[in-house]
Amino acid sequence: MKALHILLLSNTQWVLFSTMLLGMAAGMIGCLAYWKRQSLMSDALSHAALPGIVISFMLLGYKNMFVLIIGAAISALLGACLIQWVTVASRVKEDSAMGIVLSVFFGMGIMLLTIVNRTAGGNQGGLDNFIFGQAATMVRSDVDMMMFLALIVILIVTILFKEWKLFLFDPSFAQGLGMSLRGMNLLYTFVLVLTIVMGIQAVGVILMAALLIIPSVSARYWTQSFGWMVALSAIFGGLSGAIGTVVSALGTGWPTGPFIVIVAATFFAVSLIFGKHKGWLVQKLELREKQKEAKRPSQQHLSRKILKEEG
Amino acid sequence: MSYTAWILLTAVLVGLSCSLIGVFLILRKMAMMADAISHTVLLGIVTAYLITRSLSGVHMLIGAIVAGLLTSILVQWLNNRGVQQDASIGVVFTTLFAIGVVLISTSVGNVHLDVQHALMGEIAFIPWKTINVPILGEIPEATLLLLVVLIIVIVAIIAFYKEWKITSFDPALAASLGIPVAAMHYLFMGLVSVTTVASFDAVGAIMVVAMLITPAASAYLWTDRLLVMLGLSGGFGMVSAGIGYGIAVLLDTSISASMAFATGIIFLLSFLLSPVHGLLGRKLRPPKPIEDAQTAHI
Repeated sequence: MKALHILLLSNTQWVLFSTMLLGMAAGMIGCLAYWKRQSLMSDALSHAALPGIVISFMLLGYKNMFVLIIGAAISALLGACLIQWVTVASRVKEDSAMGIVLSVFFGMGIMLLTIVNRTAGGNQGGLDNFIFGQAATMVRSDVDMMMFLALIVILIVTILFKEWKLFLFDPSFAQGLGMSLRGMNLLYTFVLVLTIVMGIQAVGVILMAALLIIPSVSARYWTQSFGWMVALSAIFGGLSGAIGTVVSALGTGWPTGPFIVIVAATFFAVSLIFGKHKGWLVQKLELREKQKEAKRPSQQHLSRKILKEEG
Repeated sequence: MSYTAWILLTAVLVGLSCSLIGVFLILRKMAMMADAISHTVLLGIVTAYLITRSLSGVHMLIGAIVAGLLTSILVQWLNNRGVQQDASIGVVFTTLFAIGVVLISTSVGNVHLDVQHALMGEIAFIPWKTINVPILGEIPEATLLLLVVLIIVIVAIIAFYKEWKITSFDPALAASLGIPVAAMHYLFMGLVSVTTVASFDAVGAIMVVAMLITPAASAYLWTDRLLVMLGLSGGFGMVSAGIGYGIAVLLDTSISASMAFATGIIFLLSFLLSPVHGLLGRKLRPPKPIEDAQTAHI
């Protein structure tokens, strides 16, 4: 009953619609990140966004979604550049560099957040909500902005679909066609950061990466084609966003991010078991089939042998 | 001992035990695995709390070890089923962490555990929760736990030094020498979980990643020898704990976050200034002519 009541509120409907678009955009970008083998990069970048959010709040003095998103994007991009720089210029491996940027940036964010919480008193505009996400705190302008950004991301992925495919699977051919790999890489990083920062208010910095990683991995279990993978991943992500938001709205003060992630993980579990391609059940059945096949020729062989002996 | 001294001692113990374990994490290229375990330990602690309804050290340790091993087993299993390594890490830890957070915020939250605590630690409250130990007298429970874990870590490193050295640098050789590589791996993962949970109370889930990875990565830029790297990493860990505490007092902010920030400063200095593998070192020593000759031959 309560769920129905919540669903009927017009504000909730907008929030729901926006988290669904967010999930779709994240699912699509997640597929690009998956094939670039950068799933954990999104995790590092979403953590790295925290100091940017707090600093832009400190400079402005109140919570303005647009400015916060710009701050978040700058600090996430700075994190990406640092990871790149450290990996190229020293013997430190990429995963260590990501761990360092993730934890040190997050530490800086918490340091600043503690100062803001102390100085601004009770009226710090719910910055804490950026850690785990709180879709309920979103006002109409936040919702509009998130939908607008999500649509941009979805459009960039769909319009340039062929280009992305070439860029991911045959970069040398893409280069031969005159595509700029550097340009594509920049665009990819830009879209990735955009997706991460727009989801921070609803899902939070800690779990935003899950919304990119889990739907794309789930989609892998159903198809071999990249196009279908992106489409399925978008569907999984969109449903996770919407269902998670509804569930988290059932309790007061329940964070949105973790619920969205749990819904996504449920889709993943279902895909893992029932998936058409490499799913657990299918593999079990295939194994049995193979075992049967392996038995059959030996029986034929045996019967032939018996026939020979009799003959 | 005074309040400040206990906090400093706890911070230094966190720095030392994490940074020693971190050396092997870096060498085995498992930095992100540490990130994953530090998150999932939360679920272990919450589950242990839900079962026993107490936050005693032993229950938390067991919960954490189970959660840590579960993480590494699940990641391995998914990886064997054709999911890329980093994607499987991402799926496993975010899911388990989300379950932990949901459990805290819906059922346990009000009493002892809260999300804030789990993320940032409560090092400032540690000196007040003391227990009586026969010889040492009244000491904070978390500090005692860290001391025990540090001893376990040091004993394990001494006992398995050779094994871990070989498995870290050349797993194939280790296997051919008859070293049980898989057992060593899970033993190591168990140790990572124990260290994480002991530090958890003090610095929280995410800052522990900074203490695990950053000092060791900094030390990696200064030396090529494992023993020296262990020493340097331990030193960096302790120094960052001290500097972090200083910054926190100066700016009146979170101690654990400042410690994470301090590890970052040390890393940045090492990255820029180390004469061995830092940027300065590369500037001072232009590429060796021998290498040029080799590439010319090829």
